[in-house]
This record gives sequence, structure tokens and C-alpha cells, in this order.
Amino acid sequence: MLRNFLDKIKPHFGKDGKLHFLHSTFEAFESFLYVPDKVTVSGCHVRDALDMKRTMIMVVFALLPCFLFGIYNTGFMHFSALGETRDFWPTFWFGCTKVLPMLIVSYVVGLGIEFIFAQVRGHEVNEGFLVSGFLIPLICPPDVPLWMVGVATAFAVIIGKEVFGGTGMNIWNPALLARAFLFFAYPSRMSGDSVWVADAVSGPTALSHIASGATDAVPSVSQLFWGFIPGSVGETSKFCILIGAAILLWSGIGSFRIMFSAVAGAGLMAWIGHQTGATDATMIQHLLSGGFLFGAVFMATDPVTSAQTQAGKWIFGFLVGVMAMVIRIFNPAYPEGMMLAILLMNTFAPLIDYLVVNRNISRRKKRLRMASEPSAVVNS
Amino acid sequence: MEKVIKLRRGLDIRIEGSPDHSLNAPTVSYRKYAAKPTDFYGMKPKLAVKEGDRVLAGSALFYDKENPAVTVASPVSGAVTEIVYGERRVIREIRIEADEKIEYKTFSPIKPEEFTEGNVKERLLEAGLWPYIRQRPYDIPADPGQRPRDIFVSAFDTAPLAPDLDMAVNGQEMFFQAGIDALRCLTNGKVYVGVHRTKTASAAYNECKNAEVCVFEGKHPSGNVGVQIHHVAPINKGQTVWYVHPQDVIIMGRLFLKGVYDATKIVALGGSEVIRTGYHKVVAGLNVSYLLKDNLKQESDLRVISGNVLTGKTVGADGYLGAFDHLVSVIPEGNRFRFMGWLSPGFNLYSYSRTFFAWLFRNRQYRLDTNLNGGERAFVLTGQFEKVLPMDIYPMQLIKACMAEDIENMEALGIYEVAPEDFALCEYIDASKTEIQHVIRKGLELVRKEVG
Repeated sequence: MLRNFLDKIKPHFGKDGKLHFLHSTFEAFESFLYVPDKVTVSGCHVRDALDMKRTMIMVVFALLPCFLFGIYNTGFMHFSALGETRDFWPTFWFGCTKVLPMLIVSYVVGLGIEFIFAQVRGHEVNEGFLVSGFLIPLICPPDVPLWMVGVATAFAVIIGKEVFGGTGMNIWNPALLARAFLFFAYPSRMSGDSVWVADAVSGPTALSHIASGATDAVPSVSQLFWGFIPGSVGETSKFCILIGAAILLWSGIGSFRIMFSAVAGAGLMAWIGHQTGATDATMIQHLLSGGFLFGAVFMATDPVTSAQTQAGKWIFGFLVGVMAMVIRIFNPAYPEGMMLAILLMNTFAPLIDYLVVNRNISRRKKRLRMASEPSAVVNS
Repeated sequence: MEKVIKLRRGLDIRIEGSPDHSLNAPTVSYRKYAAKPTDFYGMKPKLAVKEGDRVLAGSALFYDKENPAVTVASPVSGAVTEIVYGERRVIREIRIEADEKIEYKTFSPIKPEEFTEGNVKERLLEAGLWPYIRQRPYDIPADPGQRPRDIFVSAFDTAPLAPDLDMAVNGQEMFFQAGIDALRCLTNGKVYVGVHRTKTASAAYNECKNAEVCVFEGKHPSGNVGVQIHHVAPINKGQTVWYVHPQDVIIMGRLFLKGVYDATKIVALGGSEVIRTGYHKVVAGLNVSYLLKDNLKQESDLRVISGNVLTGKTVGADGYLGAFDHLVSVIPEGNRFRFMGWLSPGFNLYSYSRTFFAWLFRNRQYRLDTNLNGGERAFVLTGQFEKVLPMDIYPMQLIKACMAEDIENMEALGIYEVAPEDFALCEYIDASKTEIQHVIRKGLELVRKEVG
């Protein structure tokens, strides 16, 4: 029945229809409801069932545990700061009232801009923002005013993505760019040393304790792992992040290379920092606190903005981990280093790829030299 | 046993309808045949016959405008009934109504001891068999004026539903060996025969003389000759290698030993829409309807492909077998909508990734159709193509260089070592639904035009 309706209104959006100017929008909604009936014309006659929508939705599925826990934790932090205890559902409901509006604002603003650009360019609407828009509320503190979320999203989508040509062409991770925008434009809100936990109450995060050297005040490892601590919405529960990582790795969407090497790089750097006395926190505390793990699993692995070669991914991930810890440990101004580390390495990812690909190119050139003048190689 | 080249990367698509190992003899007399000049990519065909002409098996149907000595011969004797043109007067098909009993143009046989470069070349050219030797780079018919570095024969096929090439050589061992002996004269280097460690059993391949046997192991595309060349002796800029399909080697062997162009070969019939799959002994260029008659599960929504589902051509139920094809695949068309594809659990959707729950069923085979399964998008995922291209090549970077028409980069990234078929699996798994084989073909064409 729905299909009949779509078929009936479809001609209006066709080449000569009077609603042709909305054809990208129609296409987006139609393909949201149905995988198109388009068949292969040339090349392979069969194609894999995986498409971009499915790819993106897998990432959203992987984010869901963090999202749901984040909602609950927002409520939990609120009531525990006020010294009250509530049941599960009221707590969850309170979290919803804080987090869902952020999600809605991020999607409406971001997708609105995406639709307009697709329309103007005559493209189909790309699915990339489904993930970016879901990530934005998860990496913001729960008290950010909604208008700021809107402005940051618009900045990220227009300046971060569309000016480069849209999804697949951007240099920096759009969601992180939104956070960076808030971080630098409204530093008083996002300074990172204390976050909102309830109206008119703010509490220090684990990281600000670490930065100020008050390691006794850092929550226990189990608290850090399960996530009942203040922090950005999605980053607190490492358990939920690991569930998400498992989904990404098992489905084949996320890059094991980046996740593993980021943890290795950060672990190494934190261990060095701890051994040399530059930081009082242990390696485990560093790995489990703040947004490091969330960034390593969901943001550093963004296939567009990270290194694109397999060898480059090992290097990229490792340097992200190292940089995050370097910023945390050696720069007293920023307790959290993951956002800047990823954005910095995004910038250098093309350079890493260039070096990796160049090795392949010079291997090929050397082979050519050996083939054309074998004696020269033997002599040299 | 010598060293086995193990290829870990690759993908065997779990498609339903692998050909059954039965060999079927013709039940009716096959009369309709055609030669298709477009199969010989890179050749500029000029007709040597007109409608109504009588031809023998082995007399020329068309030749290459740029090198008139290169001809393609008729596989059967009979009358040219129709010449079908496509857009811009491209010759699509030269249709032939075959005689009841095939008459052959006769040549004097040559004994293997007497093979020389001169007489082998001359015989292949005059019998219209030369263009069955193809070259890399560029994936085009070989130039008889050149002497290639090496010649490669891949004696196994790993493509979806592919025929078992041991069946093809069964009883033809002598001709295969003679064909190899003849090819040996055409190069200063070696003739390499690629075999699969477990799948290839025939001694004609495994113990082939006058050639170096290379043992491979792995999933598709390890049977692609391009992948084998890459691992045995990669092509450098300026080098040329040739390759021949084993069934064409057998036909060449027959030409030398028996003195006739006998284009009999084994063709497999497979796919989910076929009732009785299996092997058929036919002559090249056969109308496929003979094989499909009373043998299809449904008639309305299907695609008949000459070749495999990754690289073959759509020919239709009344089309003709392609010159280089040894397989007819029949799969359903996919022109239907799928509700909420991004959300469905997908217990019956095959994917190389584990994004659908079909991964729960390890050994199931799927009735794959021709649906594109999504819309065309910019490249987003990375590191996927590497999983199915067992070559020391950066696929994404090479594809992008081809798209950007950046010849210098294409050369640096290895365009001379690849052919569109090597990228077929990349195209299959691509979530952005880009036509990668087409991109590679265009890249190769550009390099051929500019570099020569």
C-alpha cells in the first residue's frame, strides 16, 4: 500500500514533474523506506547486499548501548548530586529530557543542511550524517544550550564537510569538529575541568582530578569501567563502548588496526608518563577515563578522515593514542587530549597514506630498474 | 612438490547453482551459431564475409583493420544468415546457420618436433585463431609482431559457478600438450601453467612438459591469470606477457595435430534458475537457447549471462556464447523493492561482511539476483577492497588515479599489472556501488592511447 502511494506520487518528482526541485528529498525518503529496484547494467551482475545505509546504521547500532547508558547516567548524576535516589524509569526519563532534544537539534540542523546541499548539487542525499548527527550529542556535556548544538552542527556540516564536496571528501571528522567549535567558541561551557551534573551544580571529571594531581579523588577503576561518573553523554561507560567496538569489529565495519594501535599507543605513552612521574595516574586510569576509549572506537576509526591504507591505519591509530596522552599529561591547559589528537591526526592522515603508498611505488620502480638493467643493480 | 603460492585474500561468493559434474551430449542438432567481434576487446573488426556467404569451419569471418593478417574464423561450416549491427554501426553478431555435418577447411598438420616460431604463428593466423592469445597490459588481443616476455595459462577457474577445467582437458591431454609446445616457440621466456593445489587433479596440467607449473591455493580471484602473473613474475612498464585460456590451448593443439579448426569445447551451465545444471560439449559461439530449452525454473524475470556473474555479458535467452566464455549463468533479475533494507535482520541476504544475520548460516548458498542493493555514493569505507584483491597494489588509490585520469600515478600504482576482471570482486563488495571494472577499463584505454 505504501509502495502504491510512492509509485503514485513519484512522477511529480520526475524530470518534468512540478515538484522536480525536491527530487533528492523524495529519493532520500523513498530509499529510506525501500531499497531501490535498480538492477546492475554493466560490470558485475550481482552486488553485495551491503550498501551505505546499512553501513551507517551498523555504526548507529554500535552506538546505541552508549546512548542508552548515557541517558540513564545523565539522570543518575543529576539525582545523586542532589542527594536523591529515584527508580530506574524516572531517572531514565530525566536523562531523556536532556539528551533527546540535543539529538533532535543535531539531526534537524545537520540533515536539513545535507538535504539542501544535495538538492542544489543534484545528488542523492548521503547517509554519512546519520552517524555524525548521532555522535554529536554523545560527545557534548549534557548542559550545552540547544542553540549552541545547532550552531556547532551547522558549522561542522558546512565548513567541515560540504565545502570539501560532501560525505567522503571531508578532512576532519564532522562530529569532532562540532565539539571543537564549541570548545573554542564557548570555552567557559566546555573547558573540560568540570562538567554539569545537575542544575547549578557542577562536578569535576576524573580527568580534572588527574590533571590537578588529586589521584585519590579519581573514581575507582570499576566506576570508570561501568561508567557511573560525570562526563560527556556517551563517553562514560567503557563497558558499553566495548560492546559497540565488538559490533563494529564483528560486522567488519570498524577498523581493528586503528582501535588496537590507538590503545597501544596511549597505553605506552601513559605508562612512560607514569614511570617518569609526569603523571600520577596509572596507565589503566588514563585509558579508562575521559573520552579516550570512545574516541578510539567511534571517532578515530572514521574511514573517511583516518588513514586509508592498511599500514597507514596502524600508524594513524598509534599516533592518535600517543598524542592524546601527550596532550593530557604534558599540557596543563587541556585535561582531555583525545579530541585534539584525532583532529590533528586527521590532518596528517593524508601524509601518512602518502608515505605508505610511496613505499609501494618505489618497490615497483625498483623492480622496473632491475628488469631493465640487471647488471647495474648487481654492480651497485 | 614445489612451492605453493598461498593467497589469503579473496572471496568465494556463495551463489546457488554450481554446475553438476555430469557431461551432457547434444540431444538435438545445434544449428544456430554466431561470432561476436565485440568479444575481442581492442580489435577494430572489418567484415570478411557478407550475408548469404558460405563458410567452412576455419574460414575468416572478420579481420583487424589495423593488422589485416589477424582474423577470426568461423567455428562451424554453413551460411552467414545475418549480420547484426549495434549503435554507430558496431558489428555485434555474425550469425551462421550451421550445416548438419561440419566441413573443415584443412591445413597440413605440424608435428610438435617441427614447431618453429614462424610456422606456429603463420598457422594460428591463417586459421583465425590468433586473437585467442591475449596480452597484458591492457587486456587486448596479442600483437603477432611482438615477442612476449612470458606466456601464462591459468588451468583453474575460481569465479562464481565456474567450470572445473579438469573436465575440459579430459581426453584432450595430447592436444593441450601440443598447444603448450607451440606456445613455447613464441617466447624467449617461459610458459607458465597455473594450477590449484587441491582443485587441479589432471596430470595434463600438473605434469605439463615444456612449461613451468605454478601451484596456487586460495579463493577467487586466485584463478585469474592477472593475479597469477603478479605473483610469478609481475609485469613492469614496457613488458608484455601473453595469456591463453586452456580450452583455447586445446583447440590450438588440435589445429596443429589434426590440421583443422575444431572449436569443440566444454561449456558449463549453472545458476539458481537452471533445473539441470551440468557440462555440455559444444562448439564455440553456440546459441544458448539449446541449453536452456525446458531447463529453466521460470521464464519471466531472469538474466542469462555468457560468462560468470562478475565479468560476463548479458546475452538473453536467445543470445550466443561469447568467444572467451566457458560458462552460461542464469540468475534472477532483481527489479523489486526491498522494504526498509537498512533495518531488516537479513537472514537471507548474502554479504561478505557480517552486517546481516545471514552470517549465522555458514554453509548456505544464496539465490543472488541482479539488484544493485543500494544507491551510488561517494567512497566512504576504506580497507575493504584490500580484502579481496590478493595483489601488492593499493586498489582504492589506483581506482582514484583512474578516475582522475592521472596517468603518472596510474603507472606508479601498477596499472600495467591489472585488468578489469581482477577488480570484479572489488566492484562486487563496494558499498558505494561504483562501476569499478568500467573505471579500470577506461584507465587502461587512456594509458594505451597516451603511452602506447
